[in-house]
Amino acid sequence: MKQRSLFDVISPIMTGPSSSHTAGAVRLGMLVRNIYAGRVRNVVFKLYNSYASAGKGHGSDKALLAGLLGCKVDSPDIKNIFNLPASQDIKYSFEFEQNLDRHPNAVDFILEGERNMIVSGNSVGAGNVEITKIDDFAVKISGEYNAIILFYKDKPGMISKVSTFIQNENINIASLECDRNAKGKIASMCICVDGQIPQSIINNIQNIDDVYFVRNIKKLED
Amino acid sequence: MEYTFNTFDKLLDICGSENKKIYEVMQEKEACDFELDINTVRNKVLRNINAMKSAVKQGLNSDEKSLSGLCGDDCLKLKEKYKKNKALFGSLYEKITLYALATMEENLRMNKIVACPTAGSCAIVPSVIIALSEEKNISEEEQINLLITAGTIGYIISSKVAMAGAVAGCQAECGVASAMSAAAAVQALGGNEKQIINAAALALKNILGLTCDPVAGLVEIPCVKRNVFLAIHAITAAELSLAGITSKIPPDEVVDAMLQTGQLMSPLLKETSQGGLAVTKSGIIISKELNKRN
Repeated sequence: MKQRSLFDVISPIMTGPSSSHTAGAVRLGMLVRNIYAGRVRNVVFKLYNSYASAGKGHGSDKALLAGLLGCKVDSPDIKNIFNLPASQDIKYSFEFEQNLDRHPNAVDFILEGERNMIVSGNSVGAGNVEITKIDDFAVKISGEYNAIILFYKDKPGMISKVSTFIQNENINIASLECDRNAKGKIASMCICVDGQIPQSIINNIQNIDDVYFVRNIKKLED
Repeated sequence: MEYTFNTFDKLLDICGSENKKIYEVMQEKEACDFELDINTVRNKVLRNINAMKSAVKQGLNSDEKSLSGLCGDDCLKLKEKYKKNKALFGSLYEKITLYALATMEENLRMNKIVACPTAGSCAIVPSVIIALSEEKNISEEEQINLLITAGTIGYIISSKVAMAGAVAGCQAECGVASAMSAAAAVQALGGNEKQIINAAALALKNILGLTCDPVAGLVEIPCVKRNVFLAIHAITAAELSLAGITSKIPPDEVVDAMLQTGQLMSPLLKETSQGGLAVTKSGIIISKELNKRN
């Protein structure tokens, strides 16, 4: 559970007008930027439900793109992002859909570039967000913690191998979640930790046999 | 110090037994919980105050419209009015109303504001604290104290009620902001810790049932003007409390009532834009026209 803070009440300093529809959208973009960790050539943002109906009026479209391009929630660039040089190197488009199976403020990022990837997330209120899916894998990344995410071949011993590298650096694990699409096929692991994640851990995990993908997803700073 | 409190009663107990002010307890708690020193906490608060002041300053001189084009020029209208005819209630009233409009209009122009507690209620606390500080020559250090006290009120309320219109209607946004401001105002005017909490309770009691029914789902109608009204509302609560008028329902029980009222409130009136002002004839026309533009 999240430690409650005075600054949950009197923050963030942000570009208006809505914490869920503007600041939350920027933060989703920032997290997806960290997850993709490469140059995006083309992105389709698919906005659902309230994000679809009230998103444009709250600048959610601008905020999502700005976050993906590395803007923070208080950046003055968000407002004019469509006209800035940074957004000229990337192709982007928006789709809007009502779908009650999805969260009221859900977004899919359909990304093309160094690789194809689809990332889904929700803006859950007061600027807080969660990434719920990377490609076909359920994940849970809120940006409150530094996190390691990896995809690998589902087989015994993987959790132990990965956690040993983390333990060797004396890093405390706050949460750990796994998912897989079928026994023996591709699995995912999402580990949130206290403190920083050194690159050496990522390199070590990358070198484990049958690890296909690993990322160090930095926590969001306002 | 490691303090734990989720109720006003507990906070007042700590203040009494430790002989400390509310802001002192809160800043020590924040420092302890997040392994910071108190100055770091206070500097963070100061950054927020400075951002609030910048928003007011910029908003006072702009008539740029919001993305929707519905709002954005009201602050200048009010400024012109006060130039011609001073406000009946004097300069503090003028400043609070102007600063609240300025901040809210900056918010919907997609400029920089401080969510306090939310973006939709971002103008209430700054307008009260900044206007009072100017009128009463309150030092920067004391302004930090005021914002910490205001934040403490929101901190306690949010341990029971999430600060989101979708959860408890506008009670939980502008209502909480008004209670936070009432507390800060009492402190600025020399009230004691009990009066500070009591003012928050008085303010909160008077907004129970406040719904969240924004037209076209935007933080504009009625949010912009509501911020102005609820900033003034905070001053009324502060005056009553400073007179020794107490809430006959204790502060923690008022929060319980707010939570229950939020639970009983129809989802149609909780940030879904499916009831109230949003579905009036004119509300629907505005919404349809905006959708056409999209």
